[in-house]
Amino acid sequence: MTARTLFEKVWDAHVVAPETADTPAVLYIDLHLIHEVTSPQAFTELRARKLQLRRPDLTLATLDHAIPTLHPRPNGERPYATPQAKHQVTRLEANCEMFGVELLGWNSASRGIVHVIGPELGVTQPGKTIVCGDSHTSTHGAFGALAFGIGTTEVGHVMATQCLLQRKPRTFAITVDGKLAPGVSAKDLILYVISKIGVNGGTGHVFEYRGSAIEALSMEERMTVCNMSIEAGARAGMVAPDEKTFTWLKDRPRSPRGADWDAAVARWTALRTDPGAKFDREAHFDAADVRPTITYGTNPGMAIPLDAPVPAARSAAEARALKYMQLTAGKPLAGTPIDIVFIGSCTNSRLPDLRAAARVLAGRKVAKGVRMLVVPGSEQVRVQAEAEGLDKVFTDAGAEWRLSGCSMCIAMNGDMAPPGKLVVSTSNRNFEGRQGKGARTVLASPVTAAACAVAGSITDSRPYLAEEAVA
Amino acid sequence: MNSVTRIQSRTAVLADENIDTDRIIPARYLTTTTRDGLGKNCFNDWRYLKDGSDNPDFPLNRPEAKGCSILVAGRNFGCGSSREHAPWALLDYGIQAVISSEIADIFRNNALKNGLVAIVLDTNPHRWLLDHPGADVTIDVKAQTITTPGHAEIHFELEPFARHCLLEGVDQMGFLLQHLDAIKTYEQRQREAA
Repeated sequence: MTARTLFEKVWDAHVVAPETADTPAVLYIDLHLIHEVTSPQAFTELRARKLQLRRPDLTLATLDHAIPTLHPRPNGERPYATPQAKHQVTRLEANCEMFGVELLGWNSASRGIVHVIGPELGVTQPGKTIVCGDSHTSTHGAFGALAFGIGTTEVGHVMATQCLLQRKPRTFAITVDGKLAPGVSAKDLILYVISKIGVNGGTGHVFEYRGSAIEALSMEERMTVCNMSIEAGARAGMVAPDEKTFTWLKDRPRSPRGADWDAAVARWTALRTDPGAKFDREAHFDAADVRPTITYGTNPGMAIPLDAPVPAARSAAEARALKYMQLTAGKPLAGTPIDIVFIGSCTNSRLPDLRAAARVLAGRKVAKGVRMLVVPGSEQVRVQAEAEGLDKVFTDAGAEWRLSGCSMCIAMNGDMAPPGKLVVSTSNRNFEGRQGKGARTVLASPVTAAACAVAGSITDSRPYLAEEAVA
Repeated sequence: MNSVTRIQSRTAVLADENIDTDRIIPARYLTTTTRDGLGKNCFNDWRYLKDGSDNPDFPLNRPEAKGCSILVAGRNFGCGSSREHAPWALLDYGIQAVISSEIADIFRNNALKNGLVAIVLDTNPHRWLLDHPGADVTIDVKAQTITTPGHAEIHFELEPFARHCLLEGVDQMGFLLQHLDAIKTYEQRQREAA
């Protein structure tokens, strides 16, 4: 048999009908995650066609995008940003009821950002095909799943048939060898990679992240890396499952058990790129070259080392970005006063992210005039963080501690930055207006974001981490 | 989906690279539960000034861009999120085709499934179109050509199934449902293997 990549193994195992010159492949989907924002029109389509949802048992719904992260009012009402946002949630509740889909809703202890709860529950597993009407579905690739975002028409296709029409994408190996320096995180690494290959570098491809630096990452760090594959244009990013993956998944609520677990691990162990398998493209990086990295422009590829000067614009679009960001080429971003810090999103809202931020904030205060928002990725993360006292660290420092949700990453729930404000954010997109009309976003790691909150300006976290080590 | 065979229009140009889906339709307009009426918020934060009036610096607000149904955009148009609201908004605004030298994967898929013709051109003809807003362009989906008076025909690639669906107005859901037997067989095989 010819040597195959990890992607090809997962793809081949899910082909219901092979592609031809005239038609795409019919690809089977093992897990369909849905949320309130990109599903209502798909449910409407099912009703209009009098179709059933084919596999409710492979479908899981939650609330995350448009929901308030503030606690309910004393009368029990949720403080939705708009009546439409509330209506979207009511619609999802009714749709899930009507079509027999399990909804991890307001009353579920498992509710949270869709890409945080999948792995947490153990429904995200190696070798699965996973889709969701959300481009950061690439996150689940950290487990060796083929996971990608789809539009609402395709959400309807999966609901009705559990399949998608897909042309086979090309493969792109991103190899990172060497060791990340202390204080340099997975977020810095992926921002660095995107800045090198560009925001369109992965178009038409599925990434496989490999090499010793990737193997050394924790599962949460691999999720951070795979999460941002789409920011380089790749619909999916994958990491071959290994012992770390299996240990992480073992005994999760919906992981296989007993003999099923052993069989699953045996199957998953084979999910590696064969020696000699060919990728369509390859890029190599040395982890030692990665420094604490932040974005300065209006796409995630406009990223630089934190202490580097802002590069000169190379195009009209980049000039527009610098103007929007109110930055001057040639001057470093470090030292620039900031207004808001957001720690959260499907990129960086898991327990280790919150622990890292708390290490910087412990015994310190958020600078005067700076607003800091910490939004856990899921209710489980929230409960665990509270059990560890992390919430206390954040609130003692002067930060707001919220219920889980997408919050200020997408700013459609009322958690929004005012025009002109500079936000240091652990999220994934620094697009114009992403965090509020006219708001300016600097993407950063959790430790960088926490250090910026304390300093009140763009700053390197490493001195803060070093002081902690001494103490 | 209605069939789309030929589009003739003057072009409107947004020359910036990497125009993302948040710029096409900001997230705060995604709390709708229908596909309709998104055109008024298409390019919302670029298109309107603070007081709600038209921003004269937004290229599509210029008088000569009014009524244009072909949008020529800078490289990597539609990058970012998977929101199908982006093509819905463009179509509702009156755009029927988008031409760029690169179009983000998910946006292109979503666009073609809604009859918004997403065309990727080589750098040179793309450059020419960027430099000539208001060009009188005819897109022939069947022949896969773009013609402008007085210039050589430009050929473009289009995924054969997407082209077929555009020309015939094929319902992709219906096409998938024709595979139900194969899907059941696949599921049966999976159960036996487990």
